Amino acid sequence: MSTVAETTAAPARKTPKVTDRTKAERKLAWWLCAPAVIVMLAVTAYPILYSFYLSLLRADLRFPNDRSWVGLSNYGTVLSSSLWWSDVWHTTLITVVSVAIELVLGMALALVMHRALFGRGLIRTSALIPYGIVTVVAAFAWRFAWSAAVGGFVPKALGMDFDPLDPTHPFWNYVVVILTEVWKTTPFMALLLLAGLTLVPEELHEAARVDGASAWQRFWRITIPLMKPAILVALLFRTLDAFRIFDSVFIISNGPNAKLETVSILGYNVLLNRLNLGLGSAVSVLIFVLVALIAFLFVKGFGTSLAQQRGET
Amino acid sequence: MWLAACGGSSSSGPANINVWVFNEPSGSFKDAAKRCTDASGGRYKVTLNALSNQADQQRQSLVRRLAAKDSSIDIAGMDVVWTAEFAAAGWIKEWPTNLANEVKQGTLPGPLATATYQGKLYAAPANSNTQLLWYRKDKVSSPPKTWAELIDQATKLKTHIEIQGAQYEGVVVWFNSLVQSAAGTIVKGTQVTLGQPGEQAAAIMSKLAHSPAADPSLASQHEDENRLAFEAGSSYFEINYPFVYPSAKTDVPKIFKNMAWAPYPGIDAAHPAKAPIGGINWGVGGYTKHPTEAFQAAACMRNEENEKEAAIKGGLPPTLESLYSDPGLIKAYPFAALIKKQLATAAVRPVTPAYADVSLAIAKAVSPPSSIDVGGFQNALRGTLKDAVKSQALI
Repeated sequence: MSTVAETTAAPARKTPKVTDRTKAERKLAWWLCAPAVIVMLAVTAYPILYSFYLSLLRADLRFPNDRSWVGLSNYGTVLSSSLWWSDVWHTTLITVVSVAIELVLGMALALVMHRALFGRGLIRTSALIPYGIVTVVAAFAWRFAWSAAVGGFVPKALGMDFDPLDPTHPFWNYVVVILTEVWKTTPFMALLLLAGLTLVPEELHEAARVDGASAWQRFWRITIPLMKPAILVALLFRTLDAFRIFDSVFIISNGPNAKLETVSILGYNVLLNRLNLGLGSAVSVLIFVLVALIAFLFVKGFGTSLAQQRGET
Repeated sequence: MWLAACGGSSSSGPANINVWVFNEPSGSFKDAAKRCTDASGGRYKVTLNALSNQADQQRQSLVRRLAAKDSSIDIAGMDVVWTAEFAAAGWIKEWPTNLANEVKQGTLPGPLATATYQGKLYAAPANSNTQLLWYRKDKVSSPPKTWAELIDQATKLKTHIEIQGAQYEGVVVWFNSLVQSAAGTIVKGTQVTLGQPGEQAAAIMSKLAHSPAADPSLASQHEDENRLAFEAGSSYFEINYPFVYPSAKTDVPKIFKNMAWAPYPGIDAAHPAKAPIGGINWGVGGYTKHPTEAFQAAACMRNEENEKEAAIKGGLPPTLESLYSDPGLIKAYPFAALIKKQLATAAVRPVTPAYADVSLAIAKAVSPPSSIDVGGFQNALRGTLKDAVKSQALI
C-alpha cells in the first residue's frame, strides 16, 4: 500500500537530485530482482503470451495439419456466441451473490473475532478450518449432502420431493454452488477484514461514545470509512477468485449442466475435451481480460478512496 | 529373466506392450493379457493400464497423451465412436493389409464398420454392445414393441422407464437410435443431414420426459443409475446394455428371476428399430516403438478364447460371429441371438473427426429431455451442428 501512496503523492514533490550512491543502489536492486523477474517471465509471461499467440491460430490438436493463421476470428467466434455471454452471466451471478454474502458474514465474523474476550486464538483457528479444506473435497461434501440421488440428508430434512442438484432445477443448483463458495471462503474474507479492523484506533470510538453516538452509528461512521481500503482489498481478492470459479461448479454439476456452466468450465471443455487450442485460448484470454478489468476497476476505486482519506481531493 | 522383464523396452528382452483400457471389473482383460504374453513365446509382454470407467474421461486421458506423441501408448482400448477422430489425427496406425484381413475374418459387419475410417481398418473390434429393453415378466404381460406402447404400458402400470437422460454420451446414443429408427441420419461427413426424423426423435424423448412414466431423476441418469433403479424393484422397464443381467443375478436374485428382455423399441410397426451399437476397439498407438508386436498383441487380445471369457465373465458381447453359436456362451447369455440380430442393423453414431463437438452439441440440445422445444428443435440443432462438424464453434 505504501507504493500506492508514493505514486499518488509523487507529482506533488520536486524531483530529488540523484546521487552516485543512489544510482549504485538502484543498480544493485535490479541485480537482486533479476532472478525473480526471470522466473516470473518464464512461468507467467511466457504462458500468457503463448496462449495469446495460439488464440490467433486455427490450432486444433485433432487436426494437426490444418494449423493456420486466422487473426482475430477466434475472438469473433467467441464474442458472437450466445453461449459465451450466457456463461459470463452465470459466472457474474455466482460471483456477485457469493461475494456479497461473504462480505456481510465475513464482517460479522471479523467483529466477533475482534471483540472476543477469551479464546481468541481458538475462535480464529476454528473459523479458518473451512478455508483449509481442499475445494474439491468441500464441493464433494456439499454434493453428497444435497444430492437426493445419492441419499443426501438435506433434501430429506427440507422435505423436498425433488433433487436440488438435478439440472432441471437451476435455481437450487445455484443455491448449492453459492452456499459452498460462501462456506469455504467466508473465513478468508473475515481474516482480511479483521486485519482492517485492528487498524481502527480505539480512541475514535471512545470519543464518539462520549459524544453520544450509538454502536450502529459508530460502526457506519467510524469503522467502515476507516476500513475501506481493507474492504476493497478483500473484495478484490474474492471477486477475482470467484470469477475464475471452476472446481466446486465442476463437482456439483457432476457432468455437463448447461445452465450452470461458467466461463472457466467453457474454457476447459474447449481446451481439454475438444483440444481446440486456438478457440480455447481465445476463451482463456478473454477471461484474463475480464479479470484484469475487474482488478483495474477495484484498484482505481481504492486509489481514490485512499486519496480521500488523506484529504488530497 | 527378471532383469529382462523390468527393462521391457530394451532389445534383449520381450517388448513391453502397454495397453490402456477402462478398468474392466471382471478381470477378463487381465487374463487375456497374461494369455497373450505367454503365447507370444517371449516376444512381448502385455501390461494393462487402467483408465477411468467413464468414456469421456477415458478419452481425455488418451488424447492428451497421444496429442503429445506419447510412445508409451502401444494399444488403446477405444470406444467405437473415437475411430474417425483418432485416425484423422494420426493417433492410431492403420492396420497392415495381411493383419487387417485376419481381423476382418469372421467379425460381425456392424462392429467392423465402427473400426473402419475412409475404407481402411484402424482398429480390431474387441467387444460390441447394444441395448435391449429389459422388463419384469411378473408385471408385464406382453413387452411393448414401440416407444408409444412402452410409454402407455408404463403409465398404466404406474411405473417408471429407466433410460439415460443426463447430458452426456448416453443421451446422444438414445437420440441417434431414434433418428435412425425413423429412417434418418444426423451427420454424414461434413454434411448435416438431420431432417424430419430428428423432430420425430425429439418428440418421443419429450413425450417420455413429460409422461408420468419418466423417472423423476431422468435428467441426471446414466446407465448405472438406471441399473440400480431397476434393481430396487419399483421400475418395470429399463433400456440398457446387457451388463445389467449378470449384475441383477448377483445383486437381486428375486428380481432376476422375473427379468426378461425384448428388442429395442421401434418408432412404429412400419419402421423396425435400429438399436444402439457400442463397445471397444483395440487401436495401435501412432507413436509406439513396437508396432509389429503391438498389432500381434491387439489381434491376440480379441481372439476367440479371450472374447468368450470377456462375454461370460464381464458380460461384454463378442464381435466374432462364431461365438454367437457357442453353447457355453448361449448358456450364460441367453439373449445372444437377439444381440447378434440387433448388431446387424444397428445405428452407428456419426462418423466424423469432430465427433467430440457433434456429440456435445447433440447432448446439450436433447438434455434435459423435458426441456426439448419440439417445434423449434430441428432448426436450432441443425445450426449448431453445422458449426460443430467444422469444429470451429463454441458449443
